[in-house]
Amino acid sequence: MRQVLSKPERWRIYRVRIIIEMDKLGVSSIGLVVLLSIFMGAVICLQTATNLDNPLVPMSLVGYATRESIILELAPTMLSLILAGKVGSSIASELGTMRVTEQIDALDIMGVNSASYLILPKLISALIFFPFLIIISMCLGIFGGYLVSAGTGILDLQDYMDGIHMEFKVFHIYYALIKTLFFAAIITTVSAYYGYTVRGGSLAVGKNSTKGVVGSSILILIFNYLLTQILLI
Amino acid sequence: MIELKDINKSFEGNLITKGVSATFEKGKVTQIIGKSGSGKSVLIKCVIGLYAPDSGSILYDGQDYLELDNAARTEIRKKIGMLFQASALFDSMTVLENVMFPLTMFTDRSKSEMMDRANECLQKVKIIDKGHLYPAETSGGMQKRIAIARAIALEPEYLFADEPNSGLDPQTAIVIDNLLQEITQEYNTTTVVVTHDMNSVMEVADKIIFIHEGAKWWEGDRQSLIQTNNKELQEFVYASKFMKRLRETLIKGI
Repeated sequence: MRQVLSKPERWRIYRVRIIIEMDKLGVSSIGLVVLLSIFMGAVICLQTATNLDNPLVPMSLVGYATRESIILELAPTMLSLILAGKVGSSIASELGTMRVTEQIDALDIMGVNSASYLILPKLISALIFFPFLIIISMCLGIFGGYLVSAGTGILDLQDYMDGIHMEFKVFHIYYALIKTLFFAAIITTVSAYYGYTVRGGSLAVGKNSTKGVVGSSILILIFNYLLTQILLI
Repeated sequence: MIELKDINKSFEGNLITKGVSATFEKGKVTQIIGKSGSGKSVLIKCVIGLYAPDSGSILYDGQDYLELDNAARTEIRKKIGMLFQASALFDSMTVLENVMFPLTMFTDRSKSEMMDRANECLQKVKIIDKGHLYPAETSGGMQKRIAIARAIALEPEYLFADEPNSGLDPQTAIVIDNLLQEITQEYNTTTVVVTHDMNSVMEVADKIIFIHEGAKWWEGDRQSLIQTNNKELQEFVYASKFMKRLRETLIKGI
Protein backbone atom coordinates (compact mmCIF):
# COMPACT_ATOMS: atom_id res chain seq x y z
CA MET A 1 0.00 0.00 0.00
CA ARG A 2 2.91 2.31 0.83
CA GLN A 3 4.34 1.60 -2.63
CA VAL A 4 0.97 2.34 -4.27
CA LEU A 5 0.62 5.68 -2.50
CA SER A 6 4.22 6.78 -2.94
CA LYS A 7 4.86 9.90 -5.02
CA PRO A 8 4.37 9.13 -8.73
CA GLU A 9 7.42 9.47 -10.99
CA ARG A 10 5.56 11.54 -13.59
CA TRP A 11 2.20 13.11 -12.88
CA ARG A 12 1.70 13.80 -16.60
CA ILE A 13 1.67 10.08 -17.35
CA TYR A 14 -0.51 9.34 -14.34
CA ARG A 15 -3.08 11.90 -15.48
CA VAL A 16 -3.38 10.14 -18.82
CA ARG A 17 -3.64 6.78 -17.09
CA ILE A 18 -6.36 8.07 -14.74
CA ILE A 19 -8.44 9.11 -17.75
CA ILE A 20 -7.90 5.73 -19.41
CA GLU A 21 -8.87 3.94 -16.19
CA MET A 22 -11.97 6.11 -15.78
CA ASP A 23 -13.04 4.96 -19.21
CA LYS A 24 -12.22 1.30 -18.48
CA LEU A 25 -13.67 1.10 -14.99
CA GLY A 26 -16.34 3.78 -14.99
CA VAL A 27 -17.63 4.74 -18.42
CA SER A 28 -17.79 1.12 -19.54
CA SER A 29 -20.00 0.36 -16.51
CA ILE A 30 -22.61 3.03 -17.28
CA GLY A 31 -24.75 0.70 -19.42
CA LEU A 32 -24.91 -1.89 -16.66
CA VAL A 33 -25.66 0.77 -14.05
CA VAL A 34 -28.48 2.25 -16.15
CA LEU A 35 -30.11 -1.12 -16.73
CA LEU A 36 -29.78 -2.32 -13.15
CA SER A 37 -30.93 0.91 -11.58
CA ILE A 38 -34.09 1.27 -13.64
CA PHE A 39 -35.12 -2.30 -12.89
CA MET A 40 -34.17 -2.02 -9.21
CA GLY A 41 -36.34 1.08 -8.82
CA ALA A 42 -39.18 -0.49 -10.79
CA VAL A 43 -39.18 -3.67 -8.71
CA ILE A 44 -38.99 -1.83 -5.37
CA CYS A 45 -41.88 0.39 -6.38
CA LEU A 46 -43.91 -2.59 -7.59
CA GLN A 47 -43.24 -4.69 -4.48
CA THR A 48 -43.98 -1.86 -2.06
CA ALA A 49 -47.18 -0.89 -3.88
CA THR A 50 -48.51 -4.47 -3.93
CA ASN A 51 -47.76 -4.89 -0.22
CA LEU A 52 -49.42 -1.66 0.90
CA ASP A 53 -53.02 -2.75 0.89
CA ASN A 54 -54.12 -0.96 4.10
CA PRO A 55 -56.43 1.92 3.11
CA LEU A 56 -55.18 3.91 6.12
CA VAL A 57 -51.63 3.98 4.82
CA PRO A 58 -51.13 6.70 2.19
CA MET A 59 -49.89 5.43 -1.20
CA SER A 60 -47.34 8.23 -1.26
CA LEU A 61 -45.32 6.00 1.07
CA VAL A 62 -44.52 3.86 -1.98
CA GLY A 63 -42.54 6.74 -3.49
CA TYR A 64 -40.94 7.47 -0.13
CA ALA A 65 -39.93 3.83 0.42
CA THR A 66 -38.58 3.56 -3.12
CA ARG A 67 -36.50 6.70 -2.72
CA GLU A 68 -35.12 5.75 0.68
CA SER A 69 -34.34 2.16 -0.35
CA ILE A 70 -32.51 3.32 -3.43
CA ILE A 71 -30.59 6.20 -1.89
CA LEU A 72 -29.65 4.52 1.37
CA GLU A 73 -28.94 0.99 0.28
CA LEU A 74 -29.59 -0.20 -3.24
CA ALA A 75 -27.65 2.40 -5.19
CA PRO A 76 -24.51 2.55 -3.04
CA THR A 77 -24.32 -0.99 -1.65
CA MET A 78 -26.05 -3.24 -4.16
CA LEU A 79 -24.44 -1.48 -7.07
CA SER A 80 -21.01 -1.58 -5.41
CA LEU A 81 -21.41 -5.33 -4.92
CA ILE A 82 -22.19 -5.66 -8.61
CA LEU A 83 -19.25 -3.41 -9.51
CA ALA A 84 -17.05 -5.54 -7.26
CA GLY A 85 -17.89 -8.41 -9.61
CA LYS A 86 -17.43 -6.50 -12.84
CA VAL A 87 -14.65 -4.04 -12.06
CA GLY A 88 -12.95 -6.10 -9.33
CA SER A 89 -12.54 -9.20 -11.47
CA SER A 90 -11.33 -7.05 -14.36
CA ILE A 91 -8.66 -5.40 -12.19
CA ALA A 92 -7.51 -8.66 -10.60
CA SER A 93 -7.33 -10.56 -13.88
CA GLU A 94 -5.57 -7.68 -15.69
CA LEU A 95 -2.88 -7.36 -13.03
CA GLY A 96 -2.66 -11.13 -12.56
CA THR A 97 -2.07 -11.66 -16.27
CA MET A 98 0.53 -8.90 -16.27
CA ARG A 99 2.26 -10.63 -13.36
CA VAL A 100 2.39 -14.10 -14.91
CA THR A 101 3.51 -12.75 -18.29
CA GLU A 102 6.33 -10.84 -16.54
CA GLN A 103 5.00 -7.43 -17.62
CA ILE A 104 5.11 -6.25 -14.00
CA ASP A 105 8.70 -7.54 -13.70
CA ALA A 106 9.52 -5.58 -16.86
CA LEU A 107 8.20 -2.39 -15.24
CA ASP A 108 10.17 -3.07 -12.04
CA ILE A 109 13.38 -3.65 -13.95
CA MET A 110 12.96 -0.42 -15.85
CA GLY A 111 12.89 1.34 -12.50
CA VAL A 112 9.16 2.09 -12.62
CA ASN A 113 7.25 1.74 -9.34
CA SER A 114 4.89 -0.85 -10.81
CA ALA A 115 2.46 -0.90 -7.87
CA SER A 116 1.98 2.84 -8.04
CA TYR A 117 1.94 3.00 -11.85
CA LEU A 118 -0.66 0.26 -12.20
CA ILE A 119 -2.83 0.61 -9.10
CA LEU A 120 -2.90 4.30 -8.13
CA PRO A 121 -4.65 5.46 -11.35
CA LYS A 122 -7.29 2.75 -10.85
CA LEU A 123 -7.85 3.83 -7.25
CA ILE A 124 -8.09 7.53 -8.12
CA SER A 125 -10.38 6.97 -11.10
CA ALA A 126 -12.69 4.74 -9.04
CA LEU A 127 -12.81 7.34 -6.26
CA ILE A 128 -13.72 10.01 -8.78
CA PHE A 129 -16.07 8.07 -11.01
CA PHE A 130 -17.96 5.66 -8.73
CA PRO A 131 -19.84 8.49 -6.93
CA PHE A 132 -21.08 9.65 -10.37
CA LEU A 133 -22.27 6.13 -11.12
CA ILE A 134 -24.11 6.00 -7.81
CA ILE A 135 -25.78 9.38 -8.43
CA ILE A 136 -26.85 8.15 -11.88
CA SER A 137 -28.15 5.00 -10.21
CA MET A 138 -30.15 6.97 -7.64
CA CYS A 139 -31.80 9.12 -10.32
CA LEU A 140 -32.55 6.19 -12.60
CA GLY A 141 -33.80 4.01 -9.73
CA ILE A 142 -36.34 6.67 -8.82
CA PHE A 143 -37.14 7.03 -12.52
CA GLY A 144 -37.72 3.25 -12.69
CA GLY A 145 -40.35 3.58 -9.97
CA TYR A 146 -41.88 6.48 -11.89
CA LEU A 147 -42.11 4.35 -15.04
CA VAL A 148 -43.91 1.60 -13.11
CA SER A 149 -46.34 4.11 -11.60
CA ALA A 150 -47.03 5.67 -14.96
CA GLY A 151 -47.05 2.43 -16.93
CA THR A 152 -48.97 0.01 -14.73
CA GLY A 153 -51.33 2.34 -12.90
CA ILE A 154 -50.63 0.40 -9.70
CA LEU A 155 -50.51 3.75 -7.93
CA ASP A 156 -51.31 7.31 -8.80
CA LEU A 157 -48.37 9.18 -10.31
CA GLN A 158 -49.02 12.16 -8.04
CA ASP A 159 -48.85 9.88 -4.96
CA TYR A 160 -45.51 8.53 -6.16
CA MET A 161 -44.11 12.01 -6.72
CA ASP A 162 -45.42 13.20 -3.35
CA GLY A 163 -43.61 10.28 -1.73
CA ILE A 164 -40.41 11.11 -3.56
CA HIS A 165 -40.51 14.65 -2.12
CA MET A 166 -41.58 13.56 1.37
CA GLU A 167 -39.14 14.35 4.23
CA PHE A 168 -36.11 14.45 1.97
CA LYS A 169 -32.83 14.60 3.88
CA VAL A 170 -29.80 15.78 1.95
CA PHE A 171 -27.55 14.02 4.46
CA HIS A 172 -28.76 10.68 3.11
CA ILE A 173 -27.13 11.55 -0.22
CA TYR A 174 -23.87 12.41 1.57
CA TYR A 175 -24.14 9.19 3.54
CA ALA A 176 -24.52 7.20 0.30
CA LEU A 177 -21.59 9.01 -1.31
CA ILE A 178 -19.34 8.48 1.71
CA LYS A 179 -20.17 4.78 1.59
CA THR A 180 -19.46 4.74 -2.13
CA LEU A 181 -16.00 6.24 -1.61
CA PHE A 182 -15.15 3.52 0.89
CA PHE A 183 -16.53 0.83 -1.40
CA ALA A 184 -14.62 2.21 -4.40
CA ALA A 185 -11.39 2.05 -2.39
CA ILE A 186 -12.19 -1.48 -1.21
CA ILE A 187 -12.99 -2.79 -4.70
CA THR A 188 -9.86 -1.39 -6.33
CA THR A 189 -7.33 -2.10 -3.57
CA VAL A 190 -8.53 -5.61 -2.66
CA SER A 191 -8.83 -6.75 -6.27
CA ALA A 192 -5.53 -5.08 -7.20
CA TYR A 193 -3.82 -6.79 -4.25
CA TYR A 194 -5.00 -10.23 -5.34
CA GLY A 195 -4.08 -9.52 -8.97
CA TYR A 196 -0.69 -8.00 -8.22
CA THR A 197 0.37 -10.86 -5.94
CA VAL A 198 -0.54 -13.74 -8.26
CA ARG A 199 2.05 -16.50 -8.28
CA GLY A 200 1.88 -19.24 -10.89
CA GLY A 201 0.00 -19.42 -14.18
CA SER A 202 -3.42 -18.76 -15.64
CA LEU A 203 -5.13 -20.99 -13.06
CA ALA A 204 -3.77 -18.79 -10.28
CA VAL A 205 -5.04 -15.69 -12.13
CA GLY A 206 -8.56 -17.13 -12.14
CA LYS A 207 -8.36 -18.15 -8.48
CA ASN A 208 -7.05 -14.78 -7.34
CA SER A 209 -9.61 -12.97 -9.44
CA THR A 210 -12.36 -14.86 -7.60
CA LYS A 211 -10.66 -14.17 -4.27
CA GLY A 212 -10.57 -10.48 -5.15
CA VAL A 213 -14.30 -10.36 -5.85
CA VAL A 214 -15.24 -12.40 -2.78
CA GLY A 215 -12.87 -10.46 -0.52
CA SER A 216 -14.08 -7.06 -1.67
CA SER A 217 -17.74 -8.14 -1.44
CA ILE A 218 -17.31 -9.30 2.16
CA LEU A 219 -15.49 -6.09 3.08
CA ILE A 220 -18.22 -4.02 1.43
CA LEU A 221 -20.85 -5.75 3.57
CA ILE A 222 -18.82 -5.27 6.77
CA PHE A 223 -18.08 -1.62 6.00
CA ASN A 224 -21.69 -1.05 5.03
CA TYR A 225 -22.73 -2.09 8.52
CA LEU A 226 -19.98 -0.13 10.26
CA LEU A 227 -20.55 3.06 8.27
CA THR A 228 -24.30 2.86 8.80
CA GLN A 229 -23.75 2.51 12.53
CA ILE A 230 -21.31 5.43 12.57
CA LEU A 231 -23.13 7.81 10.22
CA LEU A 232 -26.82 7.15 10.79
CA ILE A 233 -27.11 6.19 14.43
CA MET B 1 31.10 -4.35 -15.59
CA ILE B 2 29.08 -6.44 -13.15
CA GLU B 3 30.67 -8.53 -10.44
CA LEU B 4 28.87 -11.18 -8.43
CA LYS B 5 30.40 -12.26 -5.16
CA ASP B 6 29.24 -15.42 -3.42
CA ILE B 7 25.54 -15.13 -4.29
CA ASN B 8 23.23 -17.47 -2.38
CA LYS B 9 19.50 -17.64 -2.83
CA SER B 10 17.03 -20.06 -1.32
CA PHE B 11 13.28 -20.52 -1.50
CA GLU B 12 11.52 -21.99 1.52
CA GLY B 13 14.79 -23.40 2.83
CA ASN B 14 15.75 -24.92 -0.51
CA LEU B 15 19.08 -23.48 -1.66
CA ILE B 16 18.78 -22.74 -5.39
CA THR B 17 21.82 -20.55 -6.03
CA LYS B 18 24.95 -21.69 -4.24
CA GLY B 19 27.78 -19.26 -3.73
CA VAL B 20 28.03 -18.03 -7.32
CA SER B 21 30.80 -15.55 -8.07
CA ALA B 22 31.31 -14.24 -11.58
CA THR B 23 32.30 -11.20 -13.62
CA PHE B 24 30.37 -9.89 -16.61
CA GLU B 25 32.57 -7.63 -18.68
CA LYS B 26 31.69 -4.48 -20.58
CA GLY B 27 31.32 -4.83 -24.34
CA LYS B 28 31.15 -8.61 -24.12
CA VAL B 29 28.40 -11.21 -24.28
CA THR B 30 28.45 -13.59 -21.33
CA GLN B 31 26.20 -16.60 -21.72
CA ILE B 32 24.98 -18.56 -18.73
CA ILE B 33 24.14 -22.14 -19.60
CA GLY B 34 22.83 -25.06 -17.60
CA LYS B 35 20.07 -27.62 -17.35
CA SER B 36 16.47 -26.63 -16.71
CA GLY B 37 16.06 -26.06 -12.98
CA SER B 38 19.78 -25.52 -12.42
CA GLY B 39 19.17 -22.00 -11.08
CA LYS B 40 20.23 -19.86 -14.06
CA SER B 41 17.06 -17.76 -14.18
CA VAL B 42 17.07 -17.33 -10.39
CA LEU B 43 20.65 -16.09 -10.62
CA ILE B 44 19.85 -13.54 -13.34
CA LYS B 45 16.75 -12.40 -11.42
CA CYS B 46 18.97 -11.81 -8.39
CA VAL B 47 21.35 -9.77 -10.54
CA ILE B 48 18.61 -7.53 -11.94
CA GLY B 49 17.02 -7.07 -8.54
CA LEU B 50 13.82 -9.06 -8.95
CA TYR B 51 14.93 -11.43 -6.18
CA ALA B 52 16.89 -10.40 -3.11
CA PRO B 53 19.79 -12.82 -2.56
CA ASP B 54 20.18 -14.34 0.93
CA SER B 55 23.83 -13.31 0.92
CA GLY B 56 26.58 -12.04 -1.33
CA SER B 57 27.08 -8.83 -3.24
CA ILE B 58 26.31 -7.57 -6.74
CA LEU B 59 28.57 -4.78 -7.94
CA TYR B 60 27.44 -2.61 -10.85
CA ASP B 61 30.59 -0.74 -11.87
CA GLY B 62 31.80 -0.94 -8.28
CA GLN B 63 28.48 0.04 -6.63
CA ASP B 64 27.03 -2.69 -4.43
CA TYR B 65 23.42 -2.87 -5.62
CA LEU B 66 22.23 -4.59 -2.45
CA GLU B 67 23.63 -1.82 -0.24
CA LEU B 68 22.02 1.01 -2.20
CA ASP B 69 18.84 2.85 -1.23
CA ASN B 70 15.76 2.72 -3.46
CA ALA B 71 16.57 5.93 -5.33
CA ALA B 72 20.08 4.74 -6.22
CA ARG B 73 18.74 1.32 -7.24
CA THR B 74 16.22 3.00 -9.52
CA GLU B 75 19.07 4.93 -11.16
CA ILE B 76 20.86 1.64 -11.89
CA ARG B 77 17.66 0.02 -13.14
CA LYS B 78 17.25 2.81 -15.66
CA LYS B 79 20.54 1.66 -17.18
CA ILE B 80 19.31 -1.94 -17.51
CA GLY B 81 17.69 -3.37 -20.61
CA MET B 82 15.98 -6.71 -20.14
CA LEU B 83 14.69 -9.20 -22.64
CA PHE B 84 12.32 -11.68 -21.03
CA GLN B 85 11.69 -15.24 -22.14
CA ALA B 86 8.07 -14.41 -23.02
CA SER B 87 9.03 -10.91 -24.22
CA ALA B 88 6.83 -9.24 -21.53
CA LEU B 89 5.51 -6.61 -23.91
CA PHE B 90 2.66 -4.47 -22.59
CA ASP B 91 -0.32 -5.89 -24.40
CA SER B 92 -2.46 -2.78 -23.93
CA MET B 93 0.04 -0.72 -25.95
CA THR B 94 0.99 -0.78 -29.62
CA VAL B 95 4.45 -1.84 -30.69
CA LEU B 96 5.52 1.81 -31.04
CA GLU B 97 4.09 2.73 -27.62
CA ASN B 98 5.91 -0.23 -26.07
CA VAL B 99 9.23 1.01 -27.42
CA MET B 100 8.42 4.60 -26.45
CA PHE B 101 7.44 3.60 -22.90
CA PRO B 102 10.87 3.89 -21.21
CA LEU B 103 11.44 7.19 -23.01
CA THR B 104 8.10 8.51 -21.76
CA MET B 105 8.84 7.45 -18.21
CA PHE B 106 12.43 8.61 -17.91
CA THR B 107 13.18 11.35 -20.40
CA ASP B 108 11.92 14.87 -21.02
CA ARG B 109 12.00 14.52 -24.79
CA SER B 110 9.13 15.84 -26.87
CA LYS B 111 6.67 13.36 -28.34
CA SER B 112 8.17 13.67 -31.82
CA GLU B 113 11.69 13.10 -30.46
CA MET B 114 10.48 10.03 -28.60
CA MET B 115 8.77 8.71 -31.72
CA ASP B 116 11.93 9.28 -33.73
CA ARG B 117 14.01 7.36 -31.20
CA ALA B 118 11.44 4.54 -31.00
CA ASN B 119 11.35 4.28 -34.79
CA GLU B 120 15.16 4.26 -34.86
CA CYS B 121 15.11 1.29 -32.44
CA LEU B 122 12.46 -0.49 -34.49
CA GLN B 123 14.54 0.17 -37.59
CA LYS B 124 17.51 -1.44 -35.87
CA VAL B 125 15.52 -4.63 -35.24
CA LYS B 126 14.02 -4.38 -38.76
CA ILE B 127 10.33 -4.06 -37.91
CA ILE B 128 9.81 -0.39 -38.65
CA ASP B 129 6.49 -1.02 -40.41
CA LYS B 130 4.87 -2.82 -37.46
CA GLY B 131 4.66 0.09 -35.03
CA HIS B 132 0.88 0.37 -35.25
CA LEU B 133 0.22 -3.28 -34.36
CA TYR B 134 -0.46 -4.67 -30.89
CA PRO B 135 1.98 -7.31 -29.60
CA ALA B 136 -0.69 -10.02 -29.86
CA GLU B 137 -0.88 -9.32 -33.59
CA THR B 138 2.80 -10.12 -34.14
CA SER B 139 4.75 -13.39 -34.26
CA GLY B 140 6.98 -14.76 -31.48
CA GLY B 141 10.14 -13.72 -33.34
CA MET B 142 8.82 -10.21 -33.88
CA GLN B 143 7.87 -9.93 -30.22
CA LYS B 144 11.46 -10.74 -29.26
CA ARG B 145 12.68 -8.05 -31.63
CA ILE B 146 10.20 -5.54 -30.25
CA ALA B 147 11.39 -6.41 -26.75
CA ILE B 148 14.98 -5.78 -27.88
CA ALA B 149 13.93 -2.44 -29.37
CA ARG B 150 12.29 -1.49 -26.06
CA ALA B 151 15.34 -2.68 -24.10
CA ILE B 152 17.71 -0.48 -26.11
CA ALA B 153 15.49 2.62 -26.27
CA LEU B 154 17.37 4.27 -23.40
CA GLU B 155 20.78 3.05 -24.65
CA PRO B 156 21.34 0.70 -21.69
CA GLU B 157 24.69 0.03 -20.09
CA TYR B 158 23.65 -3.46 -19.02
CA LEU B 159 21.62 -5.82 -21.17
CA PHE B 160 20.11 -9.06 -19.87
CA ALA B 161 18.27 -11.71 -21.85
CA ASP B 162 16.49 -14.72 -20.40
CA GLU B 163 16.20 -17.52 -22.96
CA PRO B 164 15.94 -15.09 -25.91
CA ASN B 165 15.73 -17.94 -28.44
CA SER B 166 13.16 -20.13 -26.76
CA GLY B 167 10.32 -21.03 -29.09
CA LEU B 168 12.03 -19.58 -32.15
CA ASP B 169 13.05 -21.30 -35.37
CA PRO B 170 16.84 -21.56 -35.97
CA GLN B 171 16.93 -18.73 -38.52
CA THR B 172 15.03 -16.29 -36.29
CA ALA B 173 17.18 -17.39 -33.34
CA ILE B 174 20.28 -16.40 -35.32
CA VAL B 175 18.74 -13.00 -36.09
CA ILE B 176 18.16 -12.45 -32.34
CA ASP B 177 21.70 -13.60 -31.48
CA ASN B 178 23.20 -11.28 -34.07
CA LEU B 179 21.12 -8.37 -32.78
CA LEU B 180 22.31 -8.96 -29.22
CA GLN B 181 25.91 -9.08 -30.43
CA GLU B 182 25.54 -5.93 -32.54
CA ILE B 183 23.94 -4.02 -29.67
CA THR B 184 26.66 -5.14 -27.28
CA GLN B 185 29.31 -3.78 -29.61
CA GLU B 186 27.46 -0.61 -30.63
CA TYR B 187 26.44 0.51 -27.13
CA ASN B 188 29.38 -1.19 -25.37
CA THR B 189 26.94 -2.90 -23.01
CA THR B 190 27.60 -5.54 -20.43
CA THR B 191 25.44 -8.29 -21.91
CA VAL B 192 24.35 -11.38 -20.00
CA VAL B 193 22.30 -14.07 -21.73
CA VAL B 194 20.75 -17.10 -20.08
CA THR B 195 20.27 -19.81 -22.67
CA HIS B 196 19.90 -23.50 -23.50
CA ASP B 197 20.66 -22.88 -27.12
CA MET B 198 24.12 -24.23 -27.89
CA ASN B 199 24.01 -22.76 -31.41
CA SER B 200 23.68 -19.36 -29.82
CA VAL B 201 26.53 -20.09 -27.41
CA MET B 202 28.85 -21.17 -30.21
CA GLU B 203 27.79 -18.18 -32.31
CA VAL B 204 28.04 -15.15 -30.01
CA ALA B 205 29.37 -16.00 -26.54
CA ASP B 206 32.54 -14.18 -25.53
CA LYS B 207 32.39 -15.91 -22.19
CA ILE B 208 30.42 -18.94 -21.00
CA ILE B 209 29.41 -19.80 -17.45
CA PHE B 210 27.99 -23.26 -16.74
CA ILE B 211 25.65 -23.51 -13.78
CA HIS B 212 25.12 -26.98 -12.33
CA GLU B 213 22.85 -27.67 -9.36
CA GLY B 214 22.88 -23.99 -8.45
CA ALA B 215 26.67 -23.59 -8.37
CA LYS B 216 29.10 -22.18 -10.93
CA TRP B 217 30.60 -25.35 -12.31
CA TRP B 218 32.71 -24.10 -15.17
CA GLU B 219 33.74 -20.86 -16.88
CA GLY B 220 35.55 -20.27 -20.14
CA ASP B 221 35.33 -19.26 -23.79
CA ARG B 222 34.01 -21.09 -26.86
CA GLN B 223 37.33 -22.73 -27.62
CA SER B 224 37.76 -24.13 -24.14
CA LEU B 225 34.13 -25.33 -24.18
CA ILE B 226 34.96 -27.57 -27.14
CA GLN B 227 38.02 -28.96 -25.45
CA THR B 228 36.68 -29.29 -21.92
CA ASN B 229 36.82 -32.59 -20.08
CA ASN B 230 34.41 -31.44 -17.40
CA LYS B 231 32.00 -34.39 -17.15
CA GLU B 232 28.80 -32.50 -16.25
CA LEU B 233 29.44 -29.84 -18.87
CA GLN B 234 30.12 -32.45 -21.54
CA GLU B 235 26.90 -34.24 -20.64
CA PHE B 236 25.01 -30.97 -21.02
CA VAL B 237 26.64 -29.63 -24.17
CA TYR B 238 27.03 -32.88 -26.02
CA ALA B 239 23.76 -34.47 -25.03
CA SER B 240 22.83 -35.22 -28.66
CA LYS B 241 24.67 -37.58 -31.01
CA PHE B 242 24.98 -34.74 -33.51
CA MET B 243 26.84 -32.54 -31.01
CA LYS B 244 29.08 -35.45 -29.98
CA ARG B 245 30.06 -36.01 -33.62
CA LEU B 246 30.56 -32.27 -34.10
CA ARG B 247 32.93 -32.16 -31.12
CA GLU B 248 34.97 -35.07 -32.46
CA THR B 249 35.23 -33.33 -35.84
CA LEU B 250 36.23 -30.04 -34.25
CA ILE B 251 38.87 -31.62 -32.03
CA LYS B 252 40.32 -33.47 -35.02
CA GLY B 253 40.39 -30.16 -36.88
CA ILE B 254 42.28 -28.50 -34.03
